[in-house]
Amino acid sequence: MTDDVAVLGAGMHPWGKWGRSFVEYGAAAARTALTDAGLDWRDVGSLVGADTVRGGYPGYVAGATFAKALGWQGASVTSVYAACASGAQAVGVARAQILSGLADVVLVVGADAAPKGFFRPAGGDRPDDPDWQRFRVLGATNPTYFGLYARRRMAVHGDTPEDFAQVKVKNAAMGALNPNARYRRRVTPEEVAASAVVADPLRLLDICATSDGGAALVLSSMEFARRHGVSEPVRIRAVSTVTPRYPSTVLDLPDIATDSAVAAEPAVQTFRSSIPRAAYEEAGIGPEDLSLAEVYDLSTALELQWYEELGLCAEGEAAKLLREGATAPGGRIPVNVSGGLASFGEAVPAQAIAQVCELTWQLRGDAGARQVAGARVGITANQGLFGHGSAVIVMR
Amino acid sequence: MSRTRTPVVAGWFAGDEDDFRLLGTSCSACASVFFPREDARCRNPGCSGGHLVEVPLSRRGRVWSYTDSRYRPPSPYVTNPELPWEPYALIAVELEPERMVVLGQAAPGLTVADLAVGMEVEVVPGVLHEDEETTWTTWNWRPTGVRT
Repeated sequence: MTDDVAVLGAGMHPWGKWGRSFVEYGAAAARTALTDAGLDWRDVGSLVGADTVRGGYPGYVAGATFAKALGWQGASVTSVYAACASGAQAVGVARAQILSGLADVVLVVGADAAPKGFFRPAGGDRPDDPDWQRFRVLGATNPTYFGLYARRRMAVHGDTPEDFAQVKVKNAAMGALNPNARYRRRVTPEEVAASAVVADPLRLLDICATSDGGAALVLSSMEFARRHGVSEPVRIRAVSTVTPRYPSTVLDLPDIATDSAVAAEPAVQTFRSSIPRAAYEEAGIGPEDLSLAEVYDLSTALELQWYEELGLCAEGEAAKLLREGATAPGGRIPVNVSGGLASFGEAVPAQAIAQVCELTWQLRGDAGARQVAGARVGITANQGLFGHGSAVIVMR
Repeated sequence: MSRTRTPVVAGWFAGDEDDFRLLGTSCSACASVFFPREDARCRNPGCSGGHLVEVPLSRRGRVWSYTDSRYRPPSPYVTNPELPWEPYALIAVELEPERMVVLGQAAPGLTVADLAVGMEVEVVPGVLHEDEETTWTTWNWRPTGVRT
């Protein structure tokens, strides 16, 4: 087991479509997190930025971009990109710097300014780029992959569109209570059913939007936290950033085909289930120890998939778990009490950091109307393009 | 003037009608199959690395899942913005001998109402789009025994 790192501060810029630069959202989130931690920016020795591919050059050097926006003070900077898992990789890098003794206090920042409509690949003809290929050859947008997964669940496990809608209803009710969420209105099953089909069987209200937003964390060594007067901080106990094992047999974004399993037997676990498993192993806990979970509900059906991958229930039983109310507030294992991506929309490099912000507030007892009573242990789970997954376990 | 028929990506498929096949590559050492084709090196980490040779993939497979695209996809997908958007279905097909799943557009005229998970489909030549000089060709999946 590794040592813990302390979460001294968390901060977000509210999600929305604000029409401003990602730099502004990230810097605002960073200042909020520093205030929350009771630290001056000049006390920070290292900044890790989660990149965005939508902000031009400053987006590719997010660490330096945020450091400049906050005011150059000489801190070391690191910039990482791992698609939707970028934020968790930034947390992982920050943690490694702290655990190795290279830094006492690290500021982690991610922010994005999203375009209207579908995400699209970078410009130019790049026939060797799988992301270009899937758009050029198939017109396969992200929602079409979510549609494939949803239809597969319906065929194999008997999930229904009504089950998917219930995920939206649950998450929207929580988002309505979250001042940082973009959508703050309750939604009815009838409204989901009346929204337009985007990628059969999924409708507009089954699929997460793309949003502007920023999130930041101030992490430190346990020793620094004690010196700073925080004797029992929320702690990051495990970070998983594992990749798939060949042959990967579930069609993943942005691929046109899976690996072939003709020469090598696939691992017993799918890639997605290996992501939280690695975090559980590092933390020395299991799904039964969780108080709550924040999962990547890019679609309503994907939230159900995560229940199974996290081990909250057996394969195929996610819809039953949902129907029983186990994942709603007051249930056995509330999921996405932040409101989830359903209420936020995705601000790619900020989203996995925002998941950890929510767990931090929940474990401190600072989550207001969304508070899960007695929350002690939480997990985040996330998956991004090109074989990136992440899970972070946070404890109090 | 007749248009030149050009595959949207070179080397991914070949043949006409009943001879039409997706083309992958196979490792001469471990027999792993790759689609889209891998020409540089076998990606099986347990393989010492053999030659990669072109192989046709199975013509027929079973529907792993399917969906459709109700809204116009962004560039580099080519559409005529002057025309109303016509949704098309996408099918992910499990090829049993290769033990892999390959995505493709459904043949024109098919909708999700025509499809079911587990249904047998076959690969057929298709047209992605046409411009003044070129007919850009692709592959489609179509339920077996159906002529559209």
